[in-house]
Amino acid sequence: MDYFVELFFSGLTRGSIYALIALGYTMVYGIIGLINFAHGEIYMIGAFTSFIVATVLSIYGFPLLAIVVLAGFAAIIWSSAYGYTVEKLAYKPLRHAPRLSPLISAIGMSIFLQNYILLAQTSDFLAFPELIPDLDFMEPYAHVVGTTDLVILATTAISMLALTLLIKFTRIGKAMRATSQDRTMAMLVGINVDRVISMTFIIGSALAAIGGMLIASHIGQINFMIGFIAGIKAFTAAVLGGIGSIPGAVLGGFVLGLTESFATGYVSSDYEDVFAFGLLVLILLFKPSGLLGKADIQKV
Amino acid sequence: MTAPILQVKNLGMSFGGIRALDELDLEVNSGEIVALIGPNGAGKTTFFNCVTGIYQPTQGDVMLNPPSRSSIRLNNLKPNQVAEKGMARTFQNIRLFQNMTVLENVMIGRHCRTKSFILGAILRNKATREEEYQTIEKSYHILQKMGLEKQANDLASNLSYGAQRRLEIGRALATEPFLLLLDEPAAGMNPQETAELIELINKLQQEGQSILLIEHDMKLVMELSHRIYVMDYGRRIAVGTPEQIRNNPVVIKAYLGEAADA
Repeated sequence: MDYFVELFFSGLTRGSIYALIALGYTMVYGIIGLINFAHGEIYMIGAFTSFIVATVLSIYGFPLLAIVVLAGFAAIIWSSAYGYTVEKLAYKPLRHAPRLSPLISAIGMSIFLQNYILLAQTSDFLAFPELIPDLDFMEPYAHVVGTTDLVILATTAISMLALTLLIKFTRIGKAMRATSQDRTMAMLVGINVDRVISMTFIIGSALAAIGGMLIASHIGQINFMIGFIAGIKAFTAAVLGGIGSIPGAVLGGFVLGLTESFATGYVSSDYEDVFAFGLLVLILLFKPSGLLGKADIQKV
Repeated sequence: MTAPILQVKNLGMSFGGIRALDELDLEVNSGEIVALIGPNGAGKTTFFNCVTGIYQPTQGDVMLNPPSRSSIRLNNLKPNQVAEKGMARTFQNIRLFQNMTVLENVMIGRHCRTKSFILGAILRNKATREEEYQTIEKSYHILQKMGLEKQANDLASNLSYGAQRRLEIGRALATEPFLLLLDEPAAGMNPQETAELIELINKLQQEGQSILLIEHDMKLVMELSHRIYVMDYGRRIAVGTPEQIRNNPVVIKAYLGEAADA
């Protein structure tokens, strides 16, 4: 039973990271219909930023809590700046181009950012400082769920709640929903669509940065390639849940994380990806629009 | 005599070799209902698209003269900027935000008249809360005017056809336009819904709203308009009061064609 619970929590942890990244994919898709393949790199940049800031601050002997908060904010701001710039440079000029062009541009951006970090930083794996200490009251449960798992789960839950409130109730959230439903009409009622799109990229990037920092301190090492596989997995999660749907991305992330975790625990870690992508194929066979996605009804 | 609220001079729009609009002049005075009519394909909707910034006209000027403010040239502005300057429109086909509630649809219209942003949403300071309260208040007031207040929390897609049309007008009004553009507001309505629409537009006019509308329903046009512009093949072929237009031979020819023996 303990083993099951342990796998369950490790699945939730993985799943929440996938969900954080998948939200960025699904929001951007919902608004401009683009699969932003550079999104995984934004996550990787978030991890690197928090690594650099955390390392520097710990040299100067800052307290742990201050390091976590400052590194987190630095990662969010820096990643958001990258997300914003990528949109302005690589996607905005192609807004009215055929759909394939921004997609290619996104893949190009992804390759560019990977190599840029490779050259600017290093190709080695870097040991990420342990930011989250094991808390005493977690001691009795440490064999099934670690403190980091708990922190990751809590942070993810708070981020998602904040996002939901933002989209549902605020002025900018309404503008985002309106833009995703009918961009021309949104402009005609006075919404600055360019600004809404920028905002979407910024929010998505901020979530990815949080994910990047959390997972890096959980796993303990980072590398310029981590964005690639995480991006692919999160994209899978977004498609699984129904791309364009925000609850779908969260659900997809958790389903994917749990599947991987149980496959690793009960079968073999070699089969982790087989199960993950097998599940994707199965769901798309029976529900092509994903778990919570709405089928596009083409009117003739 | 004050300057007309909308002044269109020499407007032209070409798509490749096709001239959809040709040297078109049009004026709307403050508080006036003006109708733009013409056979299908005459360029009426193209005209609306040029004026609201969806298309960039290839020649001419579109000037908006808000009361007691200097005039604004609308050419080369984006649609959201045009809305901000004070012109709102509806479409021939219904383009509501179907997955939002009726109230939210109107609140979206208030977007360009409000300011709060991310920081306000996080801090929830007094200004933000007050602004949100006012937005809801004003939006609800508009719904009352449209007779939709009972359905405020329904999804827009669940409204009846006539109610959806009214909601579109309400959303446009929420942007506080000096000039309201209606593209075939009565299209697809039954006679009773049309009668209600006429009443509504009349009421808006009495409150001082200037309106420019495209319409095929001649009963509505004749009953409501102070002046009518007639277009054919992208040109203006006549302008005048409903009475003058009804008896204008050029207009009759454009609509019915020339008699074989004439």
